[in-house]
Amino acid sequence: MMTIYILLLPLLASLIALAAGNKFASRLALFFSAAELLLTVYAYIIFTKEGYAPFAIQHAWISSPSISINMGVDGLSLLMVILTNLISPLIILSAFNRNIENASRYFALILFMQFAMLGVFISFDGLLYYIFWELALIPIYFIALNWGGKNRVAVTLKFFIYTLAGSLLMLVGFIYLYWKNPNHTFNWHELSALTNVCSCDQSWLFWLIFIAFAIKIPIVPFHTWQADTYSESPTQGTMLLSGIMLKMGIYSLFRWLLPIVPAGVAQWGPLALTLCIIGVVYASVIAIMQGDLKRLLAYSSLSHVGLIAAGVFVLNSSGMQGAAVQMLAHAINVVGLFYCADIIINRTGTSNLYLLGGIRNVAPRFNTLFMIVVLGSVALPLTNAFIGEFLLLFGVYTYNTWLAVFAGLTIILGAVYMLRMFQITMLGNTSEHTAQFNDLSINESIVLGTIAILIFVTGIYPKPIIELVQPTLEVILNKALIK
Amino acid sequence: MNNLLQDTALIFPALLIPLFPLIGFMVNGVFGKYLPKQITGWLASLAILGSFICAAYLFLNMNKGSNINIDMFEWISFAHIQIGFGFLIDPLTLIMLLVITGIGFLIHLYSISYMHEDEGFTRFFTYLNMFVFFMLLLVMGNNYLVMFIGWEGVGLCSYLLIGFWFKNNAYNNAAKKAFIMNRIGDLGFLLGMFFMLFYFGSLNYDVVANEAAKLGINNSLITITTILLFVGASGKSAQIPLYTWLPDAMAGPTPVSALIHAATMVTAGIYMIVRSNVLFALSPITLEVILIVGILTSVMAAIIGLLQNDIKKVLAYSTVSQLGLMFCALGMGAFSSGMFHVVTHAFFKALLFLGSGSVIHALHGEQDIRNMGGLAKYTKVTFYTFFIGSLAISGIFPFAGFFSKDEILAHAFQENIVVWIILTTSSLITAFYMFRLVYLTFFNEFRGTEDVKKHIHESPALMTIPLVVLTILSVIGGFMGLPEGLGFTHAFGNFLSEVTAPSLPYLKQHQHLSHATEIGLMIFAVVAALSMIVWARIKYVKNKELPAADESLTGLNKIISNKFYVDEFYNNIIVKPITVLSDLFLVLIDKLIIDLAVNATAWVVSATGKTLRLLQNGNTGFYVFAMVIGMIVLLLIRVIL
Repeated sequence: MMTIYILLLPLLASLIALAAGNKFASRLALFFSAAELLLTVYAYIIFTKEGYAPFAIQHAWISSPSISINMGVDGLSLLMVILTNLISPLIILSAFNRNIENASRYFALILFMQFAMLGVFISFDGLLYYIFWELALIPIYFIALNWGGKNRVAVTLKFFIYTLAGSLLMLVGFIYLYWKNPNHTFNWHELSALTNVCSCDQSWLFWLIFIAFAIKIPIVPFHTWQADTYSESPTQGTMLLSGIMLKMGIYSLFRWLLPIVPAGVAQWGPLALTLCIIGVVYASVIAIMQGDLKRLLAYSSLSHVGLIAAGVFVLNSSGMQGAAVQMLAHAINVVGLFYCADIIINRTGTSNLYLLGGIRNVAPRFNTLFMIVVLGSVALPLTNAFIGEFLLLFGVYTYNTWLAVFAGLTIILGAVYMLRMFQITMLGNTSEHTAQFNDLSINESIVLGTIAILIFVTGIYPKPIIELVQPTLEVILNKALIK
Repeated sequence: MNNLLQDTALIFPALLIPLFPLIGFMVNGVFGKYLPKQITGWLASLAILGSFICAAYLFLNMNKGSNINIDMFEWISFAHIQIGFGFLIDPLTLIMLLVITGIGFLIHLYSISYMHEDEGFTRFFTYLNMFVFFMLLLVMGNNYLVMFIGWEGVGLCSYLLIGFWFKNNAYNNAAKKAFIMNRIGDLGFLLGMFFMLFYFGSLNYDVVANEAAKLGINNSLITITTILLFVGASGKSAQIPLYTWLPDAMAGPTPVSALIHAATMVTAGIYMIVRSNVLFALSPITLEVILIVGILTSVMAAIIGLLQNDIKKVLAYSTVSQLGLMFCALGMGAFSSGMFHVVTHAFFKALLFLGSGSVIHALHGEQDIRNMGGLAKYTKVTFYTFFIGSLAISGIFPFAGFFSKDEILAHAFQENIVVWIILTTSSLITAFYMFRLVYLTFFNEFRGTEDVKKHIHESPALMTIPLVVLTILSVIGGFMGLPEGLGFTHAFGNFLSEVTAPSLPYLKQHQHLSHATEIGLMIFAVVAALSMIVWARIKYVKNKELPAADESLTGLNKIISNKFYVDEFYNNIIVKPITVLSDLFLVLIDKLIIDLAVNATAWVVSATGKTLRLLQNGNTGFYVFAMVIGMIVLLLIRVIL
């Protein structure tokens, strides 16, 4: 039942927030997301004691086609649940003291989004998973459409259609597998153990499924919706997208690609891996010359997730664990970065780098915390991203030395664009836009302070995360290696 | 756990060594703004003093041959590989600890006075403590990954300190450049670690050395690994081609330069290679590469130093040059000699930088030696200490630099006479430009404005005491490494021998030079250096020559004065192409090709939709017909499959 509670609490909270009215919505949302986080901690404790048995749920739902409420939590799912529920309260808190119209709807949508994404991470039935996958698109679409920037209509439409189109391909793939399954179900355990799908079929199935995830993550060249959407969405939308939603794509590579079409992965994995790593360098190089804060961060995120996805396709334990660790690290860091961007844009009214500068003179506390987040994202040792990047790059190295050299450029290029961004915004003399910059409020300090602590804690002692996911990743790796 | 077997009386102070600066950093970082300024400075200084006392305690109480190894916790693990977080203290670490904390403490002390007017006083000491903390981590780690924490950590601190005056964007650029250049080296280090981890299954120093020894000499795997590590070392220790950040690092406050150039940061690369001496000894090719790079760096930097007019720039290029000399020693397999020069260099380079700070302090920020002159009579302590420091770096007997430099040159003489000639030349150039600096700064009449002249003053005691201590060290420091060839005991080499001994079997062994040759070489070196000093004296004191104004330089002088245009070269072949590429990627590939393809796909779909919509014409008969056809098709598919 634990699983159901975790899943449904945000849904309930969403409805309550909607009913509560604009005045109390934000505080209620924060309260429920904090409760959800506590519940998650409790779940983690149970999980470390009793394993995944208490979390498994199996109910018949629709008999023909056979779809069941098949949910569960293994190490990887739990990591994603922790990630979602850890980031969500921060996202909600980040919206405090911002003038948001129709706040009750806004927070209801955020919580609904949390619910849908949790559904993705705990579903072990293909169609159920697909329903949640699509369900998660709806709230973010409305968040971007109703609270976004000037070009929001065109941009969100493109984003919506793009990701939806990808998902439909995946659905086709799933339906085919359903027919191939002698029991005719979407059950993950059955689909990941099918032996009758020839590699000729897996070859095209790979692409149907992969493209859906590649768009969501995104992997170059399926990324052109991203920068626009990130910069047009309201901050919380961008955080949801970059912090949690794109991890749906990476998680799904683990869960719904590798074990499902292992022969397809064997055939096309190297190509996908190459795309990922090209994307790492490609996006970094673009980020170097960006003049807009949010777009710069969008491209930096694109670069980072390219490396995470690469870790999935190298098919070794270092790369895969690196990917898992880095999913959490990236979620924390990217939310921190976009929050810093939001703080700057909110106070100065511009995201144009060249109009900023010198903020450090007037906001020392903000400077320190922003610096820590930047250090996290350039993967300095003792920060969370270093663990991930080390494991990922070693995973890539184990696969191929030259690819690792190329991917390793990220540690140089990352420093180039991040320090450039930091220098232009924070250092030097103040401009007319930044002269009146107020230092952080209490809410803002709490969010960024929490993020800073998380950056160090998971960077100095990552062992619990590694131990949480290791057994699951081994199962997935073994399935993926059987062709 | 072997910890329990070890004497806790040693483990506890060992753990305190990095803990003191960490606490100092945290206290000043968090509560610094609520504390009086002076307190924060003293707090930071005392933290380093505490570390120094602990290090000295270990030095006095550790038995020969018994290292301290402390495994703290498991840090990163996957598959069968576990990388721990732990400390190792052996003679090599001890030497580094004493240098870092000892000289670090003097620099802290000096800074209390030097920085007292700066509004970022507390911030300065916070960074300084953090810098020392990471440097201690670097030398105390018991595996390469812990070393790498310190390695990147000092990179960060140098970034923060070089760009300390963050309102000035030129300084910020220098800081960024230092970080990025170091990162280029770090990538090499990282890849080197991957090779070790993959082929040896561990990053622990002893395991790596043992496994590597099994592969034997001249194994290409080890060659690649060591070359990659050397790339890392050349970033941190400012060797060609990654040296250009170090002269720019002058942007930071002068005590920072002393810290970076003497006690921390640049010594890291040398430390790393000495730490991996077995690995490097197994690869003669790498040693050859190191030797060549060291020679080139040493000479090139010395030549550039000849025509610099900023007092700190001259010293900066002399550091690059001296580091080149140290790398030459490493390249010849003389690991202990390289370390010896690290230590003596730390004494006199810290002295020279702090001395230059005292000069700059006296002149209210003036750094151009063309505007100085005659300071000897105003700032006596600074003058005498600086003078002795210059004698030491020039290799004049019996100052510290003489012994360590002589040792390296003697190795060079045995290795290859050409190497010896080049390195000797480079040393002589050093002697010349150092005294060019001394004479232009301290002799003749003051050339600056009257206004500045009125205010020239000697620095306060807090600044001069460290100068005096460092001067004493620069005078006597060399005696811990008396030449063995002349029948003396080399205390330094003996102390370190436990660390360097395992690599001996793989290195070319030379006979000791005959006494006559060795003494002959020494006399030659000293006489030649002295004649350089005399030449500089004639030129700048007697003839009162002044370096020409920058605009009037032509030909070779102009090229040298502009540092061979290396920065411009890098700018043109790396920086500019990347910016062009960046625009190209965004405009051409992202916007034009990919997005066009995406939109085209969408257009095709929507056009198809418009066409297919015509089928939905409301004719029920047609729908039924279509449905039947569809069912037949589906049935056929089921049958066929």
